[in-house]
Amino acid sequence: MTAVTTGTPTRAPSVGTGHTRVEGRDKVTGAARYAGEVPFDGLAHGWLVLSTVARGRVSALDTEPVLAMPGVLAVLDHRNALRLETDYTGLMGMRPDPTCAVFQHDRVPHRGWPVALVVAETSEQAREAAEALVVHYEQEPHDVEFTGERPDAYPLDGHMPAVTEKGDLDAALASSPVVVDAEYTTPEEHHNPMEPHAATARWDGGRLEVIDSNQGVTWVAGELANLFSLDPASVRVRSEHVGGGFGSKGVRAHQVAAVMAATVLQRPVRVVLTRRQMFSLAGYRSPTTQRVRLGADTDGRLRALEHSAVSATSTVYEFVEPSAGVARVMYDAEAHHTANRLVRLDVPTPTFMRAPGEAPGSFALEAALDELAEKCGVDPVELRLRNEPDKGPVSGLPFAGRNLAACFREGARRFGWADRDPRPGVRRDGRWLLGTGTAAASFPAGAAPSTAAATALPDGTFTVRISAADIGTGARTALTLVAADALQVPPERIRMRIGDSAFGPAMIAGGSMGTRSWSWAVRAAAGELRERLALGADIPPEGITVRTNTAEAIAALPPAERHSFGAQFAEVAVDVGTGEVRVRRMLGVFAAGRIVNPLTARNQLRGGMIWGISMALHEEAVRDRASGGHVGADLAGYHVATHADVPRVEADWIDDTDPDDPVGIKGIGEVGIVGAAAAVANAVWHATGVRHRALPIRPDRILSAAAGAPDA
Amino acid sequence: MREFDYQRAHDVAGAVALLGADPDTRYLGGGTNLVDLMKTGVERPARLVDIRELPLDEIGTTPEGGLRIGATVTNGGLAAHPEVRRRYPALAQAVLAGASGQLRNMATVGGNLLQRTRCGYFTDVTQPCNKRVPGSGCPAIQGEHHNHAILGASDHCVAVHPSDMAVALTAFDAVVRFETADGPGQVPLADFYLPVGDTPHRETALPPGALITGVTLPPAPVAARSRYRKVRERASYAFAIGSLAAALDVRDGVVRDARLALGAVASRPWRAVAAERVLTGAPATAETYAAAADAELAAARPLPHNGYKVDLVRNLVVAVLTELAEETAR
Repeated sequence: MTAVTTGTPTRAPSVGTGHTRVEGRDKVTGAARYAGEVPFDGLAHGWLVLSTVARGRVSALDTEPVLAMPGVLAVLDHRNALRLETDYTGLMGMRPDPTCAVFQHDRVPHRGWPVALVVAETSEQAREAAEALVVHYEQEPHDVEFTGERPDAYPLDGHMPAVTEKGDLDAALASSPVVVDAEYTTPEEHHNPMEPHAATARWDGGRLEVIDSNQGVTWVAGELANLFSLDPASVRVRSEHVGGGFGSKGVRAHQVAAVMAATVLQRPVRVVLTRRQMFSLAGYRSPTTQRVRLGADTDGRLRALEHSAVSATSTVYEFVEPSAGVARVMYDAEAHHTANRLVRLDVPTPTFMRAPGEAPGSFALEAALDELAEKCGVDPVELRLRNEPDKGPVSGLPFAGRNLAACFREGARRFGWADRDPRPGVRRDGRWLLGTGTAAASFPAGAAPSTAAATALPDGTFTVRISAADIGTGARTALTLVAADALQVPPERIRMRIGDSAFGPAMIAGGSMGTRSWSWAVRAAAGELRERLALGADIPPEGITVRTNTAEAIAALPPAERHSFGAQFAEVAVDVGTGEVRVRRMLGVFAAGRIVNPLTARNQLRGGMIWGISMALHEEAVRDRASGGHVGADLAGYHVATHADVPRVEADWIDDTDPDDPVGIKGIGEVGIVGAAAAVANAVWHATGVRHRALPIRPDRILSAAAGAPDA
Repeated sequence: MREFDYQRAHDVAGAVALLGADPDTRYLGGGTNLVDLMKTGVERPARLVDIRELPLDEIGTTPEGGLRIGATVTNGGLAAHPEVRRRYPALAQAVLAGASGQLRNMATVGGNLLQRTRCGYFTDVTQPCNKRVPGSGCPAIQGEHHNHAILGASDHCVAVHPSDMAVALTAFDAVVRFETADGPGQVPLADFYLPVGDTPHRETALPPGALITGVTLPPAPVAARSRYRKVRERASYAFAIGSLAAALDVRDGVVRDARLALGAVASRPWRAVAAERVLTGAPATAETYAAAADAELAAARPLPHNGYKVDLVRNLVVAVLTELAEETAR
C-alpha cells in the first residue's frame, strides 16, 4: 500500500490555461480508432437500402437473387425484421423518431427511408447486393414544397412553448413611427460531420455491446434497450472518438439495423452510412421562413416585436426548429409576440443542429435589427445597447449574467467600428465593394444531472470515469483540467476515461451543456476524493473510488434567464458583377462563462463563426420537387466554406464566470454560430445597399439583385 | 460497387490492345473522377486498364513553337511547367483554379478532357438521366438547374462540362491526339465534344477503344497575354458557375487578335467565335467588349433558374478584357 499526496492548495489552476488535446497524438498518428475502424473477429457488414420514392408503400422486394450473390448472409426488411418497441419516452421527454425503428411496416414516408438491410461478409459485397436489390413500390403523390405561405402550418411546443404573446401587437405597430416588416428564409442545412455515422453491434455472453460514434453513450444505450426491450444493464455502448456530431449523432437507423442484424445472425455486424445516406438518415436543420415585424421610436427603442417562424418536419415525427425563441431572450417591447409553427411534409425528420432555433432565428432577428438601425439612422451597435432588457422579456426572470453590452463595446473597439461610415455601397477596393456588419449572439446555458467516478491509484495517478462524449470539442482535455484542479495535481496525473455507458448516466454532448454538466460531476467526485485522501488514507491496489451524482445540486439552481452571449462583427467584399462574396475578417467577442481550455475553446468558437460564413454564403441542401429527394447530396454539391473562404477569424471572450456553477462555466458549444450569418448578411447590405433576406447569399442572388430582380 | 479486374499497361499499343473493343473496360488515369463514379454506380466497368505508367508524361515544344502535352501529364505538372506558364498563362491559371492540390497531383490531362458532368441527376443513379440511361428523361430541365447550360443545350440534356483546363485549351485551338488499334489519329478540341442533340450519352468524337495520347497546342503569340477567370460559389474547390479564358492583342487602341472560350455554360468548353469576330479590328473599349459578349450570348437560352449566367458571362467578358487591355497598354 502506498500513501498518496495531492498537491498543495496553492497550486496554480489548470483550468483557464491552454492545453493541447490529451488524445491529440493518437489522432494525428492514426492510433485513435473511430467506430468504423475497430476490428472484430467474424465481423459481417450491413448495407442499408433506402427508398427511391417519397411516399407510398413497399409492395415487394426481390430478395431471392440478392441472397444468392457472393457473400450475402441475410436481407432484413419489414417482413422478417425483429419487432421493436417504440411506445416509450426517452431523453428530455422525447419520443423516439420512428425513422430509427427500422423495417417495422411497409409504409414509405420520404425518399431515403430505410427499407432493407443487406448483410454480407464484406462491406463491398453488402453494398453491391444492396444496390442490386430490386424494391417495388406503390407510389403515392408526395408533397415536399416548403414555403412560408402554408395554411396548414400549426404551432407546436417542441422543447419550448410554441407561442408567447404580451401586449397589443397591431396597436403598438400602428403607433410606432418606424416599422420594419420583412420575411427571411433559411434553407435546409445538414450537419455533415467529417466522420460518417458508424456502428458495430455484437452479443457477448448475453450482453449487447455496441461500438458507435455518438454524442451520448448512455442515451444511445437507453434507446437501444427500449427499442429491443432489453434490460438496460445488459446494453453497453462505447464511443471513444467522434469525428464531429453537431446534433446528428443520437440514435439513428444504422445502430438499430446493426443490433437487429447482430441479433438475427448472432455475429458482429457493422453498419456505416455513406455521405449520401446521411442526407436522409442523420437528421438536418429544417428550412425556415421567418417574418419579423419591429416597431420602434425614432431613437430605435422597440415598442413592438413579432417573430414568427415556420419550419418543416416529416409525417412520422414532430420536430420543431424553434427559430422565434431567440427573440424571447434578446429584446423586449411592450407588445411582444413570438410563434414557432410547423408544416408536415414527405421529407426526413429534421433534428437538433448546432444552435437549434438560435442559428436561423438570429439570422432573421439580427438582420431585422440592422434594417431598423438603417431606418432610424442609429448605429447598429448603439441600437442594440439601447434595447438591452433588464429582465427576461417573456419570462420576467432575472438574467444570471448578461454581459452582451460588454461584448459589443469590446468588439466594437477591437474591430474599429467607431470609424464606420454608415452609408451603404460607397467603399470600393478594385472590383470589390466593401462593407461591415454586426449582430448579437445568445444561447441558453444549462446543466443536466450527471454521474462521475474518481479513483486514486497507488502509483499516484488518478482515473476519472464519466460517460461524456468528446465529439471534437476537446471535452476529454477540458475535463482533465477540471479534475486536476479539484485534486490539486498536475493534469498529467489524470487519466480521463469517457465514452462508455458502463460509467453510468451523464449528460450528452449537446445543448452547449456537456462540458458544464460533466465538469460539475467530475469536480464533485474529484473534490470529494481529495478530501478523503487528505485524511491520509492508504490506497489499496484497486484504488479508492468516489462516485457522485449532481442531480440534487442542479435541481437546486434558482430559476433565472441563463445564457451565453456574444457580439459578432464581419467585413465582406462583394463583386456585384460576378456575384462573388468574400468575408475579409470576422471578430466574435463572447461572454460564455469561465473558459476551461482557451486553446480548444477558441477553436470551438471559431468553428462556429466559420460555420456562420458557410450558413451565410454556401450551405443549402437542394430538394428536387419531382422525386422528393436531394440533388447533389455530397460534399461536392453541398458547399461549406473552404480554407480559402475563411479569412482572419478571431474569437475572444470577456470575463464572465458563472457564480452559480462550481467551475464557473456557462457553455460555448453553440453560441459561436449564432448571429454570425446575420453579421455577414448585414455587411453585404453595407457593401452593396441591397438586403439579402434569403440564405445562402449565392452569386446568382447578388447578380439578380444587381439586375433589379425584386426577389433578392 | 461491382467487382472489377485491374490491369496495368506498359506501352500505348499494349494499352489499346488490352482494352480492345470491350465496352465494359475503361482506361484508368488519375482516377479522380472515374473511381468516384464507380463508387456511386454511375460507372460499372468490369475491367480497368491502368495507363499511368505509359511514357506519355512529358511536355515538349513543337518545331512550330507550340507545345506537345502528354496524356498522363498530371494537372499539377501541367500548371507548373515553365513553358506553359510563359506561353499560355491562362492554361496554367485554369488548371490551378480546379480541384485541390492533392487531386491535381493525381488527375491527368487525358482524363481531365474525359471527365463527366457534375449534374446532380447524372451522378445519382436513382434519378432519370438521358446521359446515363438514354431515353430515361432529363429531370434537370424542370428541376434543379441553376448551374446548367445556357448555350448549346437541348431538350434532352442541359448539363455543363466541368473542366477548367479544357476551356483554356479550347481558346488556344488545342488538338487531341489519340491511338487506336488501327493507328493514331487526331481531332481538334473544337470538334472533340459532340453536340448534345438527342444523344447526350455520346460525348466525344473519339473512336471506340481509342486512347488519348496527348494534346498539341499550336503556337499562339496572343496567348502569352492571357487570363483565366473562374467564378464559383465559394473561393476554392468548387466547379465554375461561369468562367472565361481570354487572350487579347491590342495595338494603337485596336484589337488585333482575340481568343475567348467560356466554361460552365454548355455541354462543352464554349469557344466564343461570335465574340471574337466582333472584337477583331474593333476599338479596345468596354463598349466593344460588351457588344462582343452580347453577340455570343444572343444564342443563350437560359432556363428559369440560370438566367443569371447571361449577366455573369457578360460582366466577366467585359471585366477580363478590360484588365487584359490595360495590361497590354502598360
